[in-house]
Amino acid sequence: MASYEGSVQRLIDEFGRLPGIGPKSAQRIAFHLLKLPKEDAHRLADVIVEVKAKVVWCKRCFNIAESDLCSYCADERREAHLVCVVEEPKDIVAIERTAEYRGKYHVLQGAISPIEGIGPEQLRVRELITRISGEGITEVIIATNPNIEGEATAMYLANLLKPAGLVVSRIASGLPVGGDLEYADEVTLGRAMSGRREL
Amino acid sequence: MCGVLLAAPERRKRFEVRRSGASRVDRPIQPVGAIGMPGLYRDQGVVLRTVKLGEADRILTILTQNHGKIRAVAKGVRKTHSKFGARLEPTSNVALQLYLGRDLDVLTQCETIESNRALREGYGLLTHAIPMLEAVDHLTQDREPVPAIYRMLTGALRTLANRRSALVTPAFFWKLLALEGYEPRINACARCETPAAELPLFSFDLQEGGGLCRGCAMGGGRQLSVEAFDLLSRILSGGLNDALDEAPSPASHDVEKLALAAMEHHLERRLKSASLI
Repeated sequence: MASYEGSVQRLIDEFGRLPGIGPKSAQRIAFHLLKLPKEDAHRLADVIVEVKAKVVWCKRCFNIAESDLCSYCADERREAHLVCVVEEPKDIVAIERTAEYRGKYHVLQGAISPIEGIGPEQLRVRELITRISGEGITEVIIATNPNIEGEATAMYLANLLKPAGLVVSRIASGLPVGGDLEYADEVTLGRAMSGRREL
Repeated sequence: MCGVLLAAPERRKRFEVRRSGASRVDRPIQPVGAIGMPGLYRDQGVVLRTVKLGEADRILTILTQNHGKIRAVAKGVRKTHSKFGARLEPTSNVALQLYLGRDLDVLTQCETIESNRALREGYGLLTHAIPMLEAVDHLTQDREPVPAIYRMLTGALRTLANRRSALVTPAFFWKLLALEGYEPRINACARCETPAAELPLFSFDLQEGGGLCRGCAMGGGRQLSVEAFDLLSRILSGGLNDALDEAPSPASHDVEKLALAAMEHHLERRLKSASLI
C-alpha cells in the first residue's frame, strides 16, 4: 500500500490512534496541519506537551489538577462535609454548570460494570472511604450516570456507606424540563412518579 | 443497462418474465415481521449488552424472538432527550422496529414489554442477572433464531425480579446447557453407568458430563453432597418452583458454583460478570 513521506505518515498514524479517528480523518487532519502557519502548529504541539507535563490526578478527589489538589479541593469556601461522587472529571463540569452545588467532589474514574467484569476494586472506592473517615464528611451525594453501570455503582456505594451513619442520597431521575409527558419512557416516568415532591 | 435499447427478443423475454411474476425471485427476501417498507421489520427482544458508539449512540446486542441475536445502533440514545429514554438498558424486554443493515441494524422505534426495573435497583439482583445475559450472548449465533432461549431468558429475568432467589441464575445455566444438548447425567454414574439408586453418586465431573460413583471418581471431579445432587435433579426435572422457595444452603451454594463452572467449561471462556456474584 502506498504511503506518504516519513514524518507525514507518522503524523497520520498518530492521529489514527485517537478515539473515533479513522485513517481518512487522520489524513485530513494531518494535511490541515501541514497547511497551517508554523506558529499555529507549534502552539498545538506546545499545549500537548504542557498538558502531559503538568496535569495530574488530584491527590484527594482524583479530578484532573495542575498541582497536588484540584481547584475544588483547594477552595476553602466549599462545604467540606458534603461530597458528590461522580464517574468522570467531565461530570464535575456538568454539575458546576448548574451553580446549585457548593460541596466537594470525588471522582471514581469509572463505574461498576458487571458485563465488563469491572468491580469496585478497580475504582477509587477505597480512597473515598479513607476520605470519609479522615475529612469529617457527613453527607454523600451519588451522581453516577442513570444507566445500568451507574445504578449498580450507586447501589454498591449506598450499601457500603449507609451502615456508617452517613446521609447518602442519589441525584433525582425524572422528566427533562421542556419535554412532553407522552414521550417519556415507562422507567423514567415511573421514577418521576415515585420521586415526586410536594408543592 | 438503463436507457440502452435492447434487441427485440431480449425485450420480449423481459416482458414475459415480468408478466409471469418470476422476477419476484430476484427481490430481497423480506424478514419475518417485515412491515410495508422494504428493510423495516418488527420483533421483540431482550437487551443483552450495550457499547458506547461515537458522541451519543450505542451499539446494542439484542436477543430477539424471531431473528436471533442481532446488533443494532440506537442513535442519540445517550442524550437526555432521546426518544428511547431508559428503555434500552440490559435486562429490558422491548418491542422493536428496526431497519435491516448489512452488519448493524438501525433501531427506529421501541416500546417496553418488561423493564425488569427491580433487577436494576438491587445490586444483588443485577449481579445475578448480568451473567445470564453474558452466557446467552456467548452461546447464541448472530441472526440464528432461538425462540426457546428467548422464552427461557425472559422467564428467568422475570422470576429473578419477582422471587429474588440466588438459585435462579444457576438453574438458568443448567437448563440452558440442557437445551443446548449438555444435560448432565445424574441418574447414573457417567463412567460405569451404575444407576444412582444402587450406588450413590459421589462427585461431578465436567469432562464426563455428569456424576461419578465413589469408585469411578478416584479423587477426580468436584465432590458433591447427596442434597446437592438431589437439588440438581429437581432443577432439571421440573421441580425448580419448589426449590426456589428454599433457604440458601451449602447444597444450593455447591450447585451454584458447579453451574458456573459447567457453563464456563462448555463456553470455553470465563464469564467476566460472574466475578461480581
